Amino acid sequence: MKNEMKLTVPSISANESFVRVAVAAFAARLDPTIEEINDIKTAVSEAVTNAIVHAYKNEVGKIYITVTADEDKLKISVRDRGCGIENVKKAMEPLYTTGGEERAGLGFAVMESFTDRLTVTSKKDKGTTVVMIKKIRSKYGCK
Amino acid sequence: MLIKFKKEKETLTAYLEGEIDHHTAAFARNEIDTELMGGTPAKLILDFGGVTFMDSSGIGLVMGRYKTANSINAALEVSNIPQNIYKLMKLAGLEKLAELKRKD
Repeated sequence: MKNEMKLTVPSISANESFVRVAVAAFAARLDPTIEEINDIKTAVSEAVTNAIVHAYKNEVGKIYITVTADEDKLKISVRDRGCGIENVKKAMEPLYTTGGEERAGLGFAVMESFTDRLTVTSKKDKGTTVVMIKKIRSKYGCK
Repeated sequence: MLIKFKKEKETLTAYLEGEIDHHTAAFARNEIDTELMGGTPAKLILDFGGVTFMDSSGIGLVMGRYKTANSINAALEVSNIPQNIYKLMKLAGLEKLAELKRKD
């Protein structure tokens, strides 16, 4: 049966851990492996951090998280109404960052490699939506 | 996030505990750099044995410590890396900057 949860949090960095743990708790009912849970937590952390560091660079805004679970498929959407990304293709290049030298520029690369599908849509001054699909294989695999 | 340090001859070991994300990375960076610049050792070991979660902020943390260590000619080793974190470090190509040792 399809299930859904929504979370709205202000873009303060203390919420990074809260959101990834909340999404992981929701995902737990799909019976994922520890590795799959780790992948989900890491990918969510990257998306939420991007919203905090980039979308709402000089302000605190709201981050909207929607997660749906359908059979073995988890769909995670992280949306903001921040500054938007002018060049999504460029932003998604590994090592590209506008976040200063302590940022690795790997956020999108991690989301891409730790989930099954990543879609990023953005409009300047309107905001960004990151949608990630993660298939939970353990349920049907040899567990 | 908690960091404990051990100095042994020319080696400084930082034992990292807890979760590394954008929220905690700045604290870790300041702690390690202060300790590192205060003693100028020949080698810095970042012990990840107690790290329970890390995202790409941790990659930035290791890359940044490589730069600091390099500026005082100290080598960098990352040890006791849990499997899921090792996966992320390999994705980032950190083996080019530091010796990576996995947790047994």
